[in-house]
Amino acid sequence: MKTRYSYGGDEHIYVEIDDEMSLDAFFICLSLSKLVRAANIPGVTEICPANASFEVRFDPDVIAPDAMMAKIKELEHEAEAQEKRLETRIIEIPVFYEDPWTHETLMRFRERHQDPNGSDLEYAAKINGYDSVAAFIEAHHSQPWFVSMVGFVSGLPFLYQLVERDKQLEVPKYLRPRTDTPKLTVGHGGCFACIYSVRGAGGYQMFGITPMPIYDPEQKTSYLSDFMVFFRPGDIVKWKPIDRTDYDRIVKEVEAGTYAPRIAEVKFDLDAFNADMTGFNAKLMEALNDA
Amino acid sequence: MTLEIIKPGLATSVQDLGRPGYFHLGIPEGGAMDRLALRAANLLVGNDEGAAGLEAVFMGPEIKFGPEIGAGMSVAVTGADIPMMLDGDPRETWTAFTVKPGQVLSFGFLKAGARMYIAVSGGIATEPALGSRSTYPIGALGGFEGRAVAAGDVIPVGTGAVVAEGRSVPLALRRRPGTPAVLRVLTGLYWHRLTEKSQKAFFDDAWVVAPEADRMGYRFRGGTPMEFVDRPQPFGAGSDPSNIVDGCYSYGSIQVPGGLEPIVLHRDAVSGGGYFTLGAVISADMDLIGQLQPNTPVTFKRVEMDEALAARAARKAMLADIRQALA
Repeated sequence: MKTRYSYGGDEHIYVEIDDEMSLDAFFICLSLSKLVRAANIPGVTEICPANASFEVRFDPDVIAPDAMMAKIKELEHEAEAQEKRLETRIIEIPVFYEDPWTHETLMRFRERHQDPNGSDLEYAAKINGYDSVAAFIEAHHSQPWFVSMVGFVSGLPFLYQLVERDKQLEVPKYLRPRTDTPKLTVGHGGCFACIYSVRGAGGYQMFGITPMPIYDPEQKTSYLSDFMVFFRPGDIVKWKPIDRTDYDRIVKEVEAGTYAPRIAEVKFDLDAFNADMTGFNAKLMEALNDA
Repeated sequence: MTLEIIKPGLATSVQDLGRPGYFHLGIPEGGAMDRLALRAANLLVGNDEGAAGLEAVFMGPEIKFGPEIGAGMSVAVTGADIPMMLDGDPRETWTAFTVKPGQVLSFGFLKAGARMYIAVSGGIATEPALGSRSTYPIGALGGFEGRAVAAGDVIPVGTGAVVAEGRSVPLALRRRPGTPAVLRVLTGLYWHRLTEKSQKAFFDDAWVVAPEADRMGYRFRGGTPMEFVDRPQPFGAGSDPSNIVDGCYSYGSIQVPGGLEPIVLHRDAVSGGGYFTLGAVISADMDLIGQLQPNTPVTFKRVEMDEALAARAARKAMLADIRQALA
């Protein structure tokens, strides 16, 4: 890790824990953001952890930029020394792969794509060395994912798959971003999956769609009545492939207020995970199946 | 008390000073793009500076004041320079005037600047969301039904006292961008990704505001395509040299996707993403961006932190002067 500090204008401190993605870097970001929050530094207005970086917004009329940076640097070693453990939850997210809505959208923006003659999934399967779309989809949902950042727009999660680096699914973003993406599209860019929380512009490849809303400003969705945003960093996600019949059923259940996402409380321990990824993931998924 | 939207303008929305505290969830601060102009409009009509008003862009709306406003309501419009009529009679911007039930406020063609701030005594009284009335249309949050106003909308207004007509912000205290507009920048973030030649060109080049200029961000074109320092791309970043592992973005930060067109993120900023940023426009100049029309010539000027803080103090002093002038 080569931690780098920078000002972002006169109101932000940006800390890049590492320039490449790893769960070690993520955990340091998360610890650092918790420590800064706990330190209750007057003048701090936003604390944003990201995948491998972290940002604080502050009011320079209350605390001078150099003093703010010094405060964060004081906490860096403590953050690095913290145990990389988390009390969290694993959530099953149903995904309708190769759905008609993302398919219509990807056809509409084909000229902005690396491979104008195929679908996003066909392209992703090919460049990741899978001989079929089905095999790629299997790799996508067979192992769980870790929410390493929430942001871009309202409550959108970025997810990192809990597998060795050489098994990570990697795809480039569209050559030019689309101006439209269906709400709740399951996308992929770099090594990250995402769920588009709202309809709008986007550059990630599109693999499918979930019927489960993850952002509801009106808080009418039963499981979003306490807060409008579903995800938080550290959540673990297991995709569950569903077909059109399941999709339609869940949409109706969400509307009726009877849909309850399948969730289990779990502990995530990075050292234990690194020591035996397959075994650790199996336990996570077992907890989910028992829920 | 209410006001009715007869014609909505282009993207007129309810805005106050925003909702800090949710950027870590991708919900931006939002609020008036030209905060000083909104504060001034509120002070003119006797409101708290942070009361909600209407932000109109490029084109004014047409507004009818509700039948129940009784003795009337004070109104002030600040920000851009635009002709304005009350029932067809001219009214001055940056000056308080009284409206009576059923009167209609309309606008002519924009002369200078980009955004108008319409304050009414009592303030716009839509239901706050996450502590603010600001409209965040992407997230369908706040404002009037989470969207820009539309013809036929009847917008609730709070109760306020009518103030003396003719209260005005002195000319010297109406802040406007020059020509070219100069935006001061603190370099940093991923500045090191650019070659020295491109670092120099960014500040030497003449840019113009591109048509893609909205509350999320302002795009600029006309400068030299940027070159990047060679490196193997870090794991997870993506293959383009302008890609980084998706990180946090800051308000005012300048990203340059593909090294082509700089985008300065503004009040409705996306909170993160995978493009490198070369630094950020200083906080004192963010309001000015809100007053830039497409095709406006712009240059970026490199400053250091002490100059950024001095500019911030100068802007604060200007607000103090406005407060004093209207006390």
